[in-house]
Parts: sequence; structure tokens; C-alpha cells
Amino acid sequence: MSNQSVNWAAIDANPKFQVLHRKKTTFLWGLMIFSTVYYFLLPIGAAYFQDLFKIKVWGAVNVGLLFALSEFVVAWGIAFIYSRKANTEFDAMAQEIINDVNNGSIK
Amino acid sequence: MNRNHINFFLAAIAILGSGAAYAAGGAVADEFKWMTFAVFGVIIAITMAITFWAARSTHTTSEFYAAGRSVSGIQNGWAIAGDYLSAASFLGIAGLISLYGYDGFMYSVGWLVAYITVLLMIAEPCRNIGKYTMGDILAFRNDPKKTKTVAAMSTITVSTFYLTAQMVGGGVLIKTLIGIDYEISIIGVGILMLAYVVFGGMKATTWVQITKAVLLVTASLLLVFMVWSPYGFSLPAYLQAVIGDADVQKQVAKLLGDQALSMTPEELGQRFLEPGLFLKNPIDQISLGMALVLGTAGMPHILMRFFTVPTAQAARTSVIWAMGIIGGFYVLTLFLGTGAAMLVGSAKIAGVDAGGNMAAPLLAQYLGGGENSILGNFFLAFVAAVAFATIVAVVAGLVLASASAMAHDIYVGVIRGDHATPREQVVAARVSSIIVGVIAIIVGIMAKGQNVAHLVALAFAVAASSNLPAVFLTLYWKKCNTTGIIAGMVIGSLTAIGLVMVSPNMTYPKAVMASAKKVLEGEPAQPAKDAVPAVKASSFACELFALDGCVKSEPAKVASPEKPAKLGAAEKLATLNGKLQAEEAALALLAADPVGLKAAQDAVAGIKKDIAATEKAKTKAEEDMKKVEGQTTSIMGLEKPFFLLKNPGLISIPLGFLMVILGSLFTRDKRSEEMWDELYVRQNTGINAEAASVH
Repeated sequence: MSNQSVNWAAIDANPKFQVLHRKKTTFLWGLMIFSTVYYFLLPIGAAYFQDLFKIKVWGAVNVGLLFALSEFVVAWGIAFIYSRKANTEFDAMAQEIINDVNNGSIK
Repeated sequence: MNRNHINFFLAAIAILGSGAAYAAGGAVADEFKWMTFAVFGVIIAITMAITFWAARSTHTTSEFYAAGRSVSGIQNGWAIAGDYLSAASFLGIAGLISLYGYDGFMYSVGWLVAYITVLLMIAEPCRNIGKYTMGDILAFRNDPKKTKTVAAMSTITVSTFYLTAQMVGGGVLIKTLIGIDYEISIIGVGILMLAYVVFGGMKATTWVQITKAVLLVTASLLLVFMVWSPYGFSLPAYLQAVIGDADVQKQVAKLLGDQALSMTPEELGQRFLEPGLFLKNPIDQISLGMALVLGTAGMPHILMRFFTVPTAQAARTSVIWAMGIIGGFYVLTLFLGTGAAMLVGSAKIAGVDAGGNMAAPLLAQYLGGGENSILGNFFLAFVAAVAFATIVAVVAGLVLASASAMAHDIYVGVIRGDHATPREQVVAARVSSIIVGVIAIIVGIMAKGQNVAHLVALAFAVAASSNLPAVFLTLYWKKCNTTGIIAGMVIGSLTAIGLVMVSPNMTYPKAVMASAKKVLEGEPAQPAKDAVPAVKASSFACELFALDGCVKSEPAKVASPEKPAKLGAAEKLATLNGKLQAEEAALALLAADPVGLKAAQDAVAGIKKDIAATEKAKTKAEEDMKKVEGQTTSIMGLEKPFFLLKNPGLISIPLGFLMVILGSLFTRDKRSEEMWDELYVRQNTGINAEAASVH
């Protein structure tokens, strides 16, 4: 398959590709915005909500420490959610489009 | 090939030999130095064997820059973690936690969150449309020659900042640990790293990173196991022990100053786990957070890693593994840092290196049995060797990124207009690596004793303000074009650099002079002071810049009691020496009284320690005075900082984005528009992506 033989505009206009594009955009931006907001809550909380961060909940372990640890869990959670969605849904949708291009359904 | 291999084995032996000959002083006692060199030797031999093996399959450009795109997702994940866990984050964060507790741990969070941007927005599209460099991504739908030139310049700038910080940090680290001369360490790091890159290309660099990352994680796991197991792996029980430790409480009291006077020991200990001991300016932190979260995705040596895997799916896998390893490692540093604070003591850590970089190595020494034990010194040697391997490997990755920008973007892309023969391309890549490597060694030696702490933050800020806006918008915004990219990259990076040049990161002779004078000449007595409430800056601009008519923000101060005058260093030494003589005279009389003898001996040892510390402070103050002698302003001609934050990201990142947008909106570029469909389809589907080379 050489570069010239692919009609990029046709793929772009194809409904299947449009669905993939829409789903991916919403999903990625949702995760991105959530993770950014959650991350910046940490320095903001540490600076402006110190009384909250100082509350002890589990022996010497306080809210601030748990919140910082939760940042790791959230980051890993996002990685997990994204990879599951991409591995099961996005990859399959992209493969379908590639198959359509290869067997000539999209010209 | 063979002659070349023999050459670099000889070079490696020469480095070891010369290192051994010049080593004097350092944290490792002379009688245990042989062990340190043996461990270093083994690790260097392993990396050389890797390079030897990698060199046999490094012939084409794709093999040199991208390891033939045959690195698996998991392998690449380990290599990314290796690239990222540089000496700054491995030794630096453990050190920050050991000195400042909670704030050090909070600082580590941003370094992991950064990978969410890489995972969601950058890794897979770059794999699908890129070839070897960031320039390839930008050139896809924009004017290739112009964008490749700007991309290469930005790549080289970011890499040079990061590389210089690594080189200087590495030289100082090796000097502190085993006493090898600074210049020799730099040349040693340089030659080793060049051997990996020139002979083994990306394949050797990748496997050296993987080896190093595995060693680093193993060593950390072992140390954490030893620190945590006495507490039955209970988090509250362990932290209770940390905050109950007298050393930790003393450190907090020292950091808090007058505030500590009204606090109980329990409160002081608990304060170690609360924010605000180190990071005092929230706006600065948000600015740093922005640079980390967006800068990592624009780091050329990280971007380059995604070209080494066969598919976009493997790129995804590699980021997920990298996030697991990097995040897990930072959780471990919480234990390494607090463990070092409790077992080694913050004062001792800061005494060896003011930035706390020695926390992890000293903890290793303690856990092995202490300064005079064989096992303790073996542990120290091992951690030191891993740190050394870290620096060499990270520098190798950076040199490869700069060399690819020079050879692939500038020489092949711009000068030869993409018409270079495959052989010519490989030669260009190797020659560029040597040029960049030699420059790195020279810059490293020239920067000896310079203030380079800000260079890592600056590298991230430039990557976030220049590389990321360009890469991100060309991937996701249809209207983005050549003019926008050039405007954004040039203005974004210049703003970041310019702001740092006038920021508190630079050396301001008057401030240096004042603090050195305090040490040398002492301080006058101070009357009691009343508490002062916090002052708010008169406007947001006043939080960022030292403008005329601005009221600067100041934190609240507690009431301080009257303070006696402090002696200058010379007088203090005289007093201490007098005390020492008196104690030693008393010692002679106490020979018959074992209990009194022990107490007197302890007192002598304590005074000797004080004398050593005072002498060290005096020498440092004198050196500082000498350095700034006759100067009154920073290299930018300022007496005090104009930009008040240490991190420029808050201003330069939005500006970088804005400039790409404005530049694109005000001009039209037919190619950028025509290529959009192809770029967008390819980045989402992987059609026509560069395939893995078959062996």
C-alpha cells in the first residue's frame, strides 16, 4: 500500500472514522481534565487548606498524606481505564477502518 | 568493529584506573574504596557487554536512532522509567523528603502525573506519524525545512540544559561519594556514554537504561524492606516511629525557627508530615506543576523512546509500565527519605550535601551496618554505582536526542534536503554524537562550581513552553501551521529562558555576600519582636514581578524572643578550641574514673564535630565571598530578582500556546491544511506508520 493509493479525505469523511474520532475526543479530554484538576488540588490544598491536610485519620497518617498517596492511585487508575478502553474499543474500531481501506470499501 | 571494541574496553579500564589513583576523601573510607571500584567495575562491564552485543545489530539509521523499532512495550516502559529516574529524581527526591518530609513527597507527585499527558495525548499519535525525531512530527504537515530547524534548535537547547545539570550533578556526586576528582568523573561519564551511543546507538542506550532501572528498583525495594520490616509493614506504626525520632524533631525545629519555641516534641514530629516546610509559594508550585505535567511530554529524549517500539499499542503499553514503575518508585522514596531522616539524621545528611542528595546512599550504608562495616560500605558502593550508571545512561539518552536533531533534522533534512544515502546518514549520526558528547564534556567541566540547580526546571519549562504547544497543536488542531509553530516555539522558549535569567534562581552577589558575612562576622544581638500578620501582594502582577509601587506578599511571622549576638566563625573556632583544650586536660586527670572518662571522651568528640562543622561553614563562606568579589549585580545586571517565581511555566506555557494559535490564525499555509486529513487519519489508525525493521 503506497502513500498515493490512500484517499485520506475519504477515510476522514467515513462515518466509522467520525464515530471513532468523536468517542476518542470526548473520552480523552474527560480523563485529561479530571486528572489535571485532581493534580492541582494537591498544591492548592497544601497551601490554602492546611487545617484540613493536618487532620489525623490513621495514627500519624493525616489527610494530606492520604491525598498525596491518592494521587498515585488516581494516576494508575486513569492509566488502567484508558488502556482497557483503548485495547477493547478504540483498537477494534481502528482495525475495522483499516480493513475497510484494505478491502476497498473506503476509496 | 573489533578494534573499536578493544578501544573502548581500554578506555573503561583507564577510567577505573585513573579514578582509583585520584580518589581521596569522600563518604567511603579509604580502606573500603577497592570495593566501590569493584562494584563500579562490574556495572561498567555489564553495560559494555550490552554495548558490544547491541553494536552487532546497529548498522542502519532506523537501528541507530530507533533500535530497529523492535523494542517491546514492557522493555520500553522500563527504559522510559530509566530515562526519567535521573539522579535528580532518584537522589534528589529522597533527599528532599529526608530534609523536609511531606513537601518532598508532594513534589514527587507531579513527576508521575506528567505521564498522563504523555499517555493520553502524545505517545500513540507520535508513534503513528513520527520517524526518528520531534522534527519529523512537526514537519509532517508544515514546511519541513523551517520546522525541522526550529525543532532541532529547541531539542538541542532542552537537552543541553538537562545534560549540563546531570553532568555537574554527577561530577559532584561522585566526588562526594568516593572522592574522585570532578574533572575526571566528567570525562569518565562522557567517554562511557559516548561508547554506548556511538557503537550501540539506541539499542545499547535502551538496554543500559533497562539494566539500570532494574538495579535501581531492586536496590530501593531491598532498602525499603529493611527500613519497614521492623514495624511489621504497618504504615501508622512506621510513621509513628519517624515522628517520634529526636533527630526528625530537631530538624523540624531548625526549619521552623521561632515558631518551634511554643511547640511540644510530638507536635514538631507530626509537623514533618504536614505541608509547608519547603514549598512556601503555592503560585510557584503551580507554575512548576504546569512545567512538569506539560514538559515531560515535550522532552525530546522521552519522545524519541516512542519510535523504538513496533506499534502504537506497544507505545501505550510502554507508558503504562513506565507509570507503574515510576509511581511505585516514588512511593518507595517516601520510605527511603523518612527512613534516612530517622536513622541517619537530617543534620548528618545535610552536612555531607546541603541539598540532601546523599540521603539514599547514606541510608544504604547505615542499613548495611554503618560506616565501619564491610556490608555497609558494600551497600553504599552499590547505591553509588547505580547512581553513576543512572547519570551515564540519562546523559547517553540526551546525547542521542541532540545528535538525532543535528544529524537527522539539520544535516539530512535541511542541508541535504532528504537526499542523503543510508550510509551517509549513519555516519552523520555517529559524527554528531561525538560532537555533542565532546561539547557535553567541555560544558560539564566549564560549569564546575556553577549554580546549575535551576537547569532541570528550565529544561522542563522550555519543553513545556516550546515543544509541547507545537507538537500538541499540530496533532490536534486543523488550523495549526508553520508560522504558528515557529512563533510559538521561538517565543515560548525565549520567554522561559528570559524569565529564569531574572528569577531568584540566579546568583545575586549582594545576597551571597550578606549571608557569607553573617557566617564570618557573626550577627548582632536582636531585640524581641512582635508577631506580624501575613501581607498580601497588592495585585496578582505583584506576586510575579518586582514592579515599582508593589507591595510584596509576606508570610505571617510569630513573635520572636530576644536573641543574643552570634559569634563570627573565627571567634567561634577560638572558643571551641579553648573548650577542647580544657576538656582534653580534664581527660588526662580522669584516667581512673571509667564513667567520667566516657562522658569526657564524648564531650571531646562533640566539640571536635562542632569544630569541623564550623570550619566547613567558614571555608564555604570564604569561597562564596571570593566568587562574588567585586560584583554587585547578577549576570543580567540586577541586584535582586525581577521575576519572583523560580519556575517560569505559569507565564511562558500559556504564551507558547497563544503564539502558535495567533501565528496560525493570521497566516495561511496550503500544505498544513491539505495534509491535515492524512495526519489525523494516520495518527488515529496507524495506517502507513513506520514499520519495524526485520532482522
